[in-house]
Amino acid sequence: MTDLLYSEIEEELRSSVRALLADRCPHQGVLARCETPEPYDRKLWQALARDVGAASLAVPEEAGGAGASVREVAVVLEELGRAAAPTPYLGSTVLAGTALLAPEPGDGAAELLAALASGERTATLAVPLSTAPGAPFPAAVRADGAGALTGTVTSVADTGTADVLLVPAVAGDGPGLYAVDTDAAALTVTPRTSLDLTRPLADVTLAGAAARRLAGPGDAPAALERALLTGAGLLASEQLGIAEWCLTTTVAYLGDRRQFGRPLGSFQALKHRLADLWLDVAGARAAARYAAATLAAGDPDAPVAVAVAASHCGELAVRAAEECVQLHGGIGMTWEHPAHLYLKRAKADQIALGTPDRHRAALAGLVDLPAPAA
Amino acid sequence: MPPANAPVTDPEELRRRTRALLAAHDPAATGRLDFLRARYDAGLAWVHFPHGLGGLDAPRSLQAVVDAELAAAGAPDNDPGRNGIGLGMAAPTILRYGTEEQKKRFLRPLWTGEEVWCQLFSEPGAGSDLAALATRAVRDGDTWVVDGQKVWTSSAHNARWAILIARTDPDVPKHRGITYFVCDMTDPGVEVRPLRQITGEAEFNEVFLTGVRIPDAHRLGGVGEGWKVAQTTLNNERVAIGGQRMPRESGMVGKVAATWRERPELRTHGLHQRLLSGWVGAEVARLTGERLRQQLAAGHPGPEGAGMKLAFARLAQELSGLEVELLGEEGLAYDDWTMRRPETVDFTGREAGYRYLRAKGNSIEGGTSEVLRNIIAERVLGLPAEPRTDKDVPWKELAR
Repeated sequence: MTDLLYSEIEEELRSSVRALLADRCPHQGVLARCETPEPYDRKLWQALARDVGAASLAVPEEAGGAGASVREVAVVLEELGRAAAPTPYLGSTVLAGTALLAPEPGDGAAELLAALASGERTATLAVPLSTAPGAPFPAAVRADGAGALTGTVTSVADTGTADVLLVPAVAGDGPGLYAVDTDAAALTVTPRTSLDLTRPLADVTLAGAAARRLAGPGDAPAALERALLTGAGLLASEQLGIAEWCLTTTVAYLGDRRQFGRPLGSFQALKHRLADLWLDVAGARAAARYAAATLAAGDPDAPVAVAVAASHCGELAVRAAEECVQLHGGIGMTWEHPAHLYLKRAKADQIALGTPDRHRAALAGLVDLPAPAA
Repeated sequence: MPPANAPVTDPEELRRRTRALLAAHDPAATGRLDFLRARYDAGLAWVHFPHGLGGLDAPRSLQAVVDAELAAAGAPDNDPGRNGIGLGMAAPTILRYGTEEQKKRFLRPLWTGEEVWCQLFSEPGAGSDLAALATRAVRDGDTWVVDGQKVWTSSAHNARWAILIARTDPDVPKHRGITYFVCDMTDPGVEVRPLRQITGEAEFNEVFLTGVRIPDAHRLGGVGEGWKVAQTTLNNERVAIGGQRMPRESGMVGKVAATWRERPELRTHGLHQRLLSGWVGAEVARLTGERLRQQLAAGHPGPEGAGMKLAFARLAQELSGLEVELLGEEGLAYDDWTMRRPETVDFTGREAGYRYLRAKGNSIEGGTSEVLRNIIAERVLGLPAEPRTDKDVPWKELAR
C-alpha cells in the first residue's frame, strides 16, 4: 500500500518552508500588501523558489531539478496554505511546471522548465483557475500560421510575477501549448478584483502576440490534462494546510477566551464541532497524501485519488474557515483578524481546478457509479 | 544462539515455526480444537503476547505472516467473531493486570474459543457515566458477594466468564471505589435475560446478579483500582476498530454501491449526489485508517484512532439509510422480525432494512459518538473539560 506518512526529508523541508514563512510572511504583511498593486512579495518568492529550492522539487535532475517528487511539492503547499501565503507556487511550479514536464518536453520546454526549477524565471498556465481536469481543450485563444496568439483568457492566477505565460491555443493543425513572454507587445494583463486576496486573478488578452509553440497536437492535450490533474490533486494539500491553521487557531482561541465565567472551549456544543472538524482534517491529511503519492508514482489510481481528495479537502477547508470565523465571534468578522484571508482562500480554492461537485461527477465515471439515465 | 524466550522479530523465523506447527499437526488430520491448542502452545496464537501465553513477544505486525501461512494451509481459525469481547478486551486486560496464575488459567481457553467471555460493565443507571455504577461487591472472607444489574451484555448467554466492574467502596468518589473481577457466568446467582433490539433480534442481554460469589483470586488489579483497569479494556475496544487494512468499497458502501450498479431503474439524481458523497467519505475513512495503521507500524501511533469509530458510525448510518431509500418499494419490507439470539454480529449482513436499523447502534455501543467527541476535544485537542459537580463527592451522596 502507498506510503501515506511524511518522510524525515519531507519534515525537514516543511520546517524550512515554515520558518521562512514565519519570518517573511506574517499576516499583517499579507494584509498590508494585498490592496497594493503588488500583492506578491517577490523577495519571498525568490527565497522560497531559489534558496529553499521549492521550485525544483518535482523536476528530474537531468532536467535541472532536484529529482524529488510531487509528494514534497505537496508538503510545500500545506505550508503555503497554513500561512495563506501569496506566492505563484501553484501557477508556476505546479501548473506550468507539470505542463512542461509531460509527456515529453521539447527543446524550448526543457529550457523553460530548467529556468523555472532554478527560480530564474516564473511562469503560469493561462487557463481560467476554475478549469477542472477532464475539461475540453480550451478554444479561447487561436494561433495563426506564424504562431501569433489572439484571444482572451479570463481569471488566470499568478500572472503578476510571471515572466512567461503558458497558453493553450488552437492552431490550424490542432491544439498546442505556447509560451508568451509577459513583456511581449500585443499582450494585456488586466487584474481583476478577486475574492481571494492572497491569490489575485487577471484577464489575459492576446492580440496577435508573438509566441513559441512548445507542444503540438500530439502532446498538448495530455500535457494540459496532466497539469490540471496534478494541480487539483496537490491543491488538496494547500486546502489541508488552510484547514489545519483554522482548526489550531480556533482551538487556541476557545481555550483562552472566557465568557460566562469559563473558557468557551469547555462548552460541549463548541467542543463537538471542533472534534468533528478534527476528524475531517485527519481524513483530509490521508486523502491529500494519497493523491500526492499516486501522482508521484504515476499510479493508475491517481484520477480516483485526486477526485476523492479534491472533493473532501475542497469542502473541508471551507468548513474549517467558516467555523473559524463563526467561533471567533465578532473579532472573526474584522478585516484586522487574518481569518478572512483563509476564508477567501478556501472559498476560491473550492472552485479552483474543479469544484467538489465536479470532482464527484468525475468519480462517478471512474468507479462505475453512473448517474441516472435521464 | 538467543535465549529460548527472546522476542522473535524475524518474519522468516515465524514462517519456519508456523510450518513446523503445520508439519506436526496436519490440519486435515487433526481435530479443530487440538490444532488451536497446539497453535497456542507454539506461540503462534497472538505473536505479540509473551512466550508461554500464546505468543513469542514478536511485533504485532508479524501476525499477518503467521495468518497467511495458516490460511494457505487451510488451517482452522479460532472464529474470533464469536469471542470478540474475550479476544479484544478481556485478554489484554488479563495480560496487563492478571496474576501469573490468572494468565495461565484464562488465556489459553479464551484464545481457542473453548471459553467465551462477556463484559458486565454498563448498568441501567450507568451508561456514558459508567463510573457511576451501582452493582455492589461486598467482601466476605476470601470471596466477594455481588448484587446488581448489568445491561447491553453481548454473548452473555454463551459466555463462560465475564469481566465485571462493581462498587466495593461507596464512601469515596465514584472513580475510586470500583474493583475489577472475573465473574463465573455459571454461578447460580447469575441470571441472563435476552434484551430484544430494534432489529427484532437479541444480541444483548440483561444480567441480574444476586448473591454471586467471586473468589478474591479472581480479582484483576487492586481493590478500588477497577476504574484504572477498565481503561485498558475500553482503550482496547476502540483500538480494535481501524486496526485492519480494508480494501476499497468494503463494508456498507460496498452494499449500496452494488445495489446502485445492479438496479439502474432505482437511480435518481438526488440519491446519486448522496451516494458519491458517501463513497468519498468511505474512501477518506479507509485512507485515514490505513494511515493510522502505517503510523502504528512505524512506531508512532497517531490520535486518529479515537476518531475512527466516530467516522465509521456516521458513514454506516448515512449509507445504510441511503440504501433503504434507494430500494423504494422494497425498502418498505423487512426480512424477518423473529426474535433470535445470534452468536455473532455482522453489521453488513442480512438485508438493507436490518443494516439500517443495526447501524443505529454503531454510534451508541462502545462509547456514544457524543462521548467520543468529548474525548477527542479534551484529550486530542486539549480543550478544557466541562465544569463537573460529581468528581470529589462520595458516590453514595450523588443524585441518582
